Amino acid sequence: MAKRLSLAVCIFLFAGIALASWRPPPSANDERDQGKFDPALVKTGEVLAGIGNCSTCHTVSADKPYAGGVDFPTPFGTLYSTNITPHPQQGIGSWSREDFFRAMREGVSADGSHLYPAFPYTHYKNVTDEDLDALYAYFMTREPVDHTPPENALRFPFNQRFLQWGWKLMYFDPEPWQPDPAQSDQWNRGAYLAKGLGHCSACHTPRNAMGAEEKDRAYAGALVDNWYAPALDASQPVPVHWDEEALYQYLRSGLSANHGVAVGSMGEVVHRGLNRAADDDIRALATYLVSLSGEENSTEQVQPAEIITAAQQRADTDHSAGEMLYVGACAACHYNAADKPMAARAELSLNSAVTAEDPTNLIRVVLEGIGTDSGTPVLVMPGYAALSDSDLVALAQFLRRRSGLPEWKNLRQRVEELRELHRQSQVTEAQQAGE
Amino acid sequence: MAIKFKINREPVTVDVPADTPLLWVIRDDIGFTGTKFGCGIGLCGACTVHVNGRATRACITPVSSVENTVVTTIEGLAENGHPLLETWVEAQTPQCGYCQPGQIMQAAAMLRDFPDPTDEQIDQVMSGNLCRCMAYIRIREAIRMAAGRLRAAAPQGNDEDREASHA
Repeated sequence: MAKRLSLAVCIFLFAGIALASWRPPPSANDERDQGKFDPALVKTGEVLAGIGNCSTCHTVSADKPYAGGVDFPTPFGTLYSTNITPHPQQGIGSWSREDFFRAMREGVSADGSHLYPAFPYTHYKNVTDEDLDALYAYFMTREPVDHTPPENALRFPFNQRFLQWGWKLMYFDPEPWQPDPAQSDQWNRGAYLAKGLGHCSACHTPRNAMGAEEKDRAYAGALVDNWYAPALDASQPVPVHWDEEALYQYLRSGLSANHGVAVGSMGEVVHRGLNRAADDDIRALATYLVSLSGEENSTEQVQPAEIITAAQQRADTDHSAGEMLYVGACAACHYNAADKPMAARAELSLNSAVTAEDPTNLIRVVLEGIGTDSGTPVLVMPGYAALSDSDLVALAQFLRRRSGLPEWKNLRQRVEELRELHRQSQVTEAQQAGE
Repeated sequence: MAIKFKINREPVTVDVPADTPLLWVIRDDIGFTGTKFGCGIGLCGACTVHVNGRATRACITPVSSVENTVVTTIEGLAENGHPLLETWVEAQTPQCGYCQPGQIMQAAAMLRDFPDPTDEQIDQVMSGNLCRCMAYIRIREAIRMAAGRLRAAAPQGNDEDREASHA
């Protein structure tokens, strides 16, 4: 009897929560009419969509822009991004302006169901009406694509969308961010872009067991989609800390002599996301992001020349298998004169792929190389996948020693995992090429 | 997959699988056979060519990653003329000669970054180019001679210009 009662209570609660969590569709107010969107507004929307980096998550292949289907493996199962072209059935073509605003700010779909926070409405809530109008105009004037992305493959109970209601109660503050009057206009503009459309912390902040950003560890660095987004706070792993000019150059060109190049997800942010953004906005982002590390560490900076000299001295006495691999495979391009490191000869003792606490970026770049679509368009690095796992481990261990840093704990395991990932992606590419 | 790039100033389009090594395309599809196959895993330097002016091991570079770039082989360097080609002969550098196209391409790229290289710098940058005949001393000598001629021929430009000129 007690069992039956508790079951009944459970069903009642379940139904109650489901009902409470459902959001009715906003009253039909369909003002969508492609001819009515001001081309200037659409153009603004295009730039904003770039800052929001929408296409990275919503585009699988260039011939189906924004048609969704990108997979997001999470601890809760795999999510697939949605079709956000204005196709009336598969996409968001039937969405009113209000539907769009609500999805962006509250994470609620037009049919009233809750969206998963892989879609960063937790940041987009900070976007102004004006900017959302431009984005709406942009997306509603895209080519509708008749494409149904795969169904989400989440484990129970995470596949119950109404539970997102509870998640929102716990982790989502719907109040938008307010500018800080004590800061400059440029800082506030940068903060608006970073906290809103840019959603920088979505990748650069670690997440808790429920997939929410850990507020007290904002910008402390995190592993996302098998790329490591380095810390931007005072714990940033680069020996030469970022300053405004370096960060501006990096966000604009993908290249920084004292830090490295933008690859992986960040390569997409720089080369396919921010490339249309105005110079002023890139500078504003740099101003805000540099402020995250605090003011105090700007004075006692070690000079790059000292760091490089120390690294070269450590390498001179190393004589390990890793050092021999470095000399044979890497030094031809990566050796630098200590007094004048060149951006095109990425100096590995300064490079965040080597100095970060996570080996993922280094392993992936060595395995996969860097094409012209990533890093910086004029530089190509071939992948060294022919090196064995043991060679990769030896090389990575040497590069850590050369930088005077402790050995990576999970190195061999990560090499094996990322090798498998690389192998799988090559199989997928070969299959796609064969189709 | 059709991939476009320039090789020795000529635009080419090749229709090969995206992961085909650049070296195979250069030798078998385009027909420049000056670039040699050595180890096939990017550890000997025999296949070195320039991609946008920077030394690159062609045997491990998938052709898809050089789309829209400018590739230069030893034939292109010879066509443009380079003092390394003269000093290589004058210093009696090669013995069997198999590694020399790669050695010369690596050295030519190095002299852009290090116009007045020390022996230490030559050793650091050239160590990835193996020579089974052990001609290393003469390789170094030819590079130093060429560096001198390049510096004598060109007025001292600033370093940033040099790097920017690669593309």
